[in-house]
Amino acid sequence: MEVLVILVPLALGLGLVGLLGFLWSLKSGQYDDLDGAAWRAIADDEPVTEHPSDRPA
Amino acid sequence: MQAVRDFSHYVRDAGSGLSHIDLAVEGVSCAGCMSKIERGLSAIPDVTLARVNLTDRRVALEWRQGAVDPARFIDRLAELGYKAHPFETESAEAAEAERSRFLLRCLGVAAFATMNVMMLSIPVWSGNIGDMMSEQRDFFHWLSALIALPAAAYAGQPFFRSAYQALRTRNVNMDVPISVGVMLALGMSLIETIHHAEHAYFDAAIMLLTFLLVGRYLDQNMRRRTRAVAGNLAALKAETATKFVGAGEIAEVPVAAIHTGDIVLLRPGERCAVDGTVIEGRSEIDQSLITGETVHVTAAQGTAVYAGSLNISGTLRVRVSAASDGTLLADITRLLDNALQARSRYVRLADRASRLYAPVVHAAALLTMIGWVLMGANWHDAVVTAIAVLIITCPCALGLAIPTVQTVASGAMFRAGVLLNSGDAIERLAEVDRIIFDKTGTLTLPELDVVNSAAIPPEMFELAGRLALASHHPVAAAVARASNARSPLAGVVEEPGQGVRAFIEGEEIRLGRPSFCGADRLANEILIRDPEVSAVAFSRDGVRYVFAVRQLLRPDAPAMMAALQARGIAVEIVSGDREPAVRAAAQSLGIGEWRAGVTPADKIARIDELKQQGFKVMMVGDGLNDAPALAAAHVSMSPISAAHLSQATADLVFLGKPLAPVVAAIDFSRKALYLMRQNLWLAVGYNFLAVPIAIAGFVTPLIAAVAMSGSSLLVMLNALRARGVAQRRS
Repeated sequence: MEVLVILVPLALGLGLVGLLGFLWSLKSGQYDDLDGAAWRAIADDEPVTEHPSDRPA
Repeated sequence: MQAVRDFSHYVRDAGSGLSHIDLAVEGVSCAGCMSKIERGLSAIPDVTLARVNLTDRRVALEWRQGAVDPARFIDRLAELGYKAHPFETESAEAAEAERSRFLLRCLGVAAFATMNVMMLSIPVWSGNIGDMMSEQRDFFHWLSALIALPAAAYAGQPFFRSAYQALRTRNVNMDVPISVGVMLALGMSLIETIHHAEHAYFDAAIMLLTFLLVGRYLDQNMRRRTRAVAGNLAALKAETATKFVGAGEIAEVPVAAIHTGDIVLLRPGERCAVDGTVIEGRSEIDQSLITGETVHVTAAQGTAVYAGSLNISGTLRVRVSAASDGTLLADITRLLDNALQARSRYVRLADRASRLYAPVVHAAALLTMIGWVLMGANWHDAVVTAIAVLIITCPCALGLAIPTVQTVASGAMFRAGVLLNSGDAIERLAEVDRIIFDKTGTLTLPELDVVNSAAIPPEMFELAGRLALASHHPVAAAVARASNARSPLAGVVEEPGQGVRAFIEGEEIRLGRPSFCGADRLANEILIRDPEVSAVAFSRDGVRYVFAVRQLLRPDAPAMMAALQARGIAVEIVSGDREPAVRAAAQSLGIGEWRAGVTPADKIARIDELKQQGFKVMMVGDGLNDAPALAAAHVSMSPISAAHLSQATADLVFLGKPLAPVVAAIDFSRKALYLMRQNLWLAVGYNFLAVPIAIAGFVTPLIAAVAMSGSSLLVMLNALRARGVAQRRS
């Protein structure tokens, strides 16, 4: 049963990471356009910069 | 004079040398549109961001300050085939969006806590059957408390606040039993944990909050979405005005940027966007959107014009008497205020249910406690059992029963061409048993149509249409639309107040007043047959034709009137227009009840009369003169072409030419109300099964959790049925 000392904090920590991830995604506006997100996932290609080489490295 | 389009009112500074503008775009519906627009706009140099929001049908644009004129984006979108308008976020919409995000944050916290507490609870449940040591159980209970208490304190805020506000005004809403239940459950669990007891209800309390937050979020999301649609409608109406910025210099500016005392130019064919007084010019104006009267009024110096009037013939200069909000005829505003106050007294189904539910539940818990004490149990056991009753009856499914149905039904109505303006419109619409229609613009189409197109040779019709493209006169516009003409003629001369003329293959062609084309006799023949039409003549080298132009009924109006009557709904027309026009419309639709020449106050009086007879009245209208009646009725609907104020007042807005969405909305809402009631009974019935177990003291945390999630799933699945309505044709 000593394994609980590792497992319980580990499980809680993972849950907390999940929650923080959710709050971050909410804050960065990923839930603002749910309809659009559904389509973007299967869109052929995103509009890209015309000359990728111009981008700062 | 060519007006410059001035969008500076909508552009805001996005920081680090960038400008930002939001555009509402018509017709964005699929993934293809999205990438087409984004690619098309990103190709403009110096544009740093072009992102489509498909949910709200908007585009956000950012570019290097001063590098691009925002008007270019609108032109580029027009080239791509989309109509776009600058958009300004209203504070109400921003508040709804913020609340939506807050609820989602609460939901995230509650869901995280539920998952983790459950992870700890399941070993405890199975350990209670097996051989768990009490020290381990206490450890798991303490861990659960550590997660559940802060999570509930954060995620419960929406309920605690609303319950506190209701109690302060001596009311009861659904949030009162929720808050009491959650707090007692958590408090009791904490005390039990301190005393090393077997059962703690942290899992039930936090799961309850999670399910309720799902319902709350759905409800809020629907509200936010309707608000966004309303905001787009306002932007797509493109309320701009041509304002004098110098002596002879004009600019096209949004109405929001116009102030009292400004002078605006009103050209033929333009709709006035402000209220004011004519200071120069002479013209005829069409005030049908304001009064319902289809006969044109002469406007000259000193005439008052109102937002929504259509200028017909001459150019006017108007001094603005007040800015865009709250400028209307004083009595319309006053009537509207009174009517809106009366409507806010409507009590939503959810609140009615909770007013019945809360006292019953609390009484049951109290009786349980007293009963156990009388039976000789100790106070601790009696209190624990009473709290178990509260937990098991907590209106978890009740909180989901209505929002889930509303969300599904509003989505179905959206696809049928009906937009919701208020959240409780569905339940009110379902009760309607009498509909009052306005005539002009509601039963009839908002634009004019040519009625005698069969009598005119196609090549002449096409030529007349191409000539008509040069004129802004609404009658000429009707001819142009009916002929499907695309390419305007070159060298067209407009004779103010008369018509337009041009030369083609050496022959003069004219379109305009019958006298301008020498077709008085022909026009009189048509006018005698039907006094409601406007006659417009066309001549080519001595050959003359007369087009009869009038407002037509919506194409499916007769069928829809029959469909409404088949559903047991009585229909009547109450219009501000003259008697012959209203009578003719009523006759061709087979409507027995009609009133003509009705003032806004009389419309309200008629609605009140029907209310007193016990009818639930729906008002369908588009004019400014309908706005107070729209607010006074039990529920109201407007076409998309309606005056701004009417649309804002109406509970629902329907799109397109046909009236079919009106009937579809009634079908969907009736089905939705049926399902809402069914869901409430399902939830209550579920509780009735569980309550005896709780009163008997057999409820364990496991039973509470199963009962709660089971009933929630049941009502959610049942709500999905609101999508389909049996097709019933009369």
